[in-house]
Amino acid sequence: MTSITAFITALGRYDFLQSALITAIMVGVMSGIIGCFIILRGMSMMGDAISHAVLPGVAVAYMLGINVLIGASVFGLLAAGLIGFVASHSKLKTDTSIGIVFSAFYALGFILISMAESATNLHHILFGNILAVSDTDIMTTAVVLGLVILFVVFFYKELLVTSFDATFARTYGLKAQLLHYALMLVLTLVTVSALQTVGIILVVAMLITPAATAFLWTDKLGTMLVLAATIGAVSSVVGLYFSYSLNWASGPAIVLIAAIIFGVSFLISPKQALFTNLRRPRQVPA
Amino acid sequence: MLNIQNLTVAYDDTPVLTDVAVHFNASKITGIIGPNGAGKSTLIKAMLGLIKSQSGTTTYNDRPIKQLQRQLAYVEQRKDLDLTFPITVFEVVLTGTYGKLGLFHRPGKAERKASLAALAQVGLEKFADRQIGALSGGQLQRVFVARAIVQQAEIIILDEPFVGIDLQSETAIMTILKQWRDAGKTIIVVHHDLNKVSHYFDDLVILNHGIVDAGTVADVYRPANIAKTFSQDLSNVLFSGAEGVAL
Repeated sequence: MTSITAFITALGRYDFLQSALITAIMVGVMSGIIGCFIILRGMSMMGDAISHAVLPGVAVAYMLGINVLIGASVFGLLAAGLIGFVASHSKLKTDTSIGIVFSAFYALGFILISMAESATNLHHILFGNILAVSDTDIMTTAVVLGLVILFVVFFYKELLVTSFDATFARTYGLKAQLLHYALMLVLTLVTVSALQTVGIILVVAMLITPAATAFLWTDKLGTMLVLAATIGAVSSVVGLYFSYSLNWASGPAIVLIAAIIFGVSFLISPKQALFTNLRRPRQVPA
Repeated sequence: MLNIQNLTVAYDDTPVLTDVAVHFNASKITGIIGPNGAGKSTLIKAMLGLIKSQSGTTTYNDRPIKQLQRQLAYVEQRKDLDLTFPITVFEVVLTGTYGKLGLFHRPGKAERKASLAALAQVGLEKFADRQIGALSGGQLQRVFVARAIVQQAEIIILDEPFVGIDLQSETAIMTILKQWRDAGKTIIVVHHDLNKVSHYFDDLVILNHGIVDAGTVADVYRPANIAKTFSQDLSNVLFSGAEGVAL
């Protein structure tokens, strides 16, 4: 295994490793931030669904030679819209609607990808290939990160109030539904960026695990956002190190590091305080 | 005056409210009572524009309510809220300023000061920095009343504010309702039981898919109305003793 000093030396020497590191940090930050809103709105399933549903968009973009972000956005929003439509125009519950729509999109994506096989590598889309990040990819990722930060800064209070109490927000005239679809759009952009580092299958882990870890440490949304972004970035960098030095796939390496940070927090965070809670009898919620 | 005309609401073709016409007076606390499923919550949600109605118009001083959304404050039943949400008591009250602030404006000094003052009015200033899950049911209800205070609305609608709360919270909330009334606001309270009806309210609306009766409490809260809307037994219990005198 490469030592950390060797990893740093290699960073100085190889452009591809620098690109990987920059991308990994940016993706960790943006997925941590958006992930907070996904888990607070009880939309983990939706996050999973949208991240899978962009697959046909990726395939179509390759086929037509257009930017992946455009193809993915179209299919991501289409999936979000269809999920909402099926749930509100039938007696089916939202999770059922999610299951139907995202699996259908995912299946379509597989078929389209196999048709476009010559240009792409399915394995890389599914599990990420951070060591093959191009300069264009870095630029695109930076633009998405900028959008995510602007979105959260400008709509912070709207995101806060609709996540906490959507009914109240609607009574004073806020277009909660519009904000929901804006969030879904940003989520698809984040998903596409995260494709490079962790791949489609594990995007959901980058959205949920750092945000959930941050949730265990704080009672303030602002702090939670900063913590989740930091944990996302740290997981990405440490994961990249293991990926490079042990030749592991980057996605699983990053996700495992995030899961370990979560596990440690689960045991020692003050809000969770598993150790103290195990020793005294659990309080029955009122 | 808040005026509702020919309001009809149906869920999946099952009519809940049919051709309801009712008005609510300013400077009054008006209670809405009725049996379970009578459409009490539906009435206020339709008024607030939270659910679609098949027909009906709501006006406030002859202006459509849609133009006055910022003049409405709604204190919801607490049950659906996520009490683990990373938000403090103070921040919940501060969200009451969001409507008038509009997009892209952050709450500033004035908004923070108003929120703290509102918390003090309901006796919870000491809890400002607590996470909301740390409060009791009654305290939480007072927080939402404090949020309604900072909304500075002309019409305040409360859905079952007195359910399962302690006496101290009930008194604190009642004090605020009376202050609002004295300031000329229109206060509408959906009430789940018949206890203390004459203690809480000035005016009363009895609802059972349509309006059974409406007017001052003295005119409306009578044995015949309660017997017709609820049951003869309940009417007997509530009005036992002197005929027509509410407990």
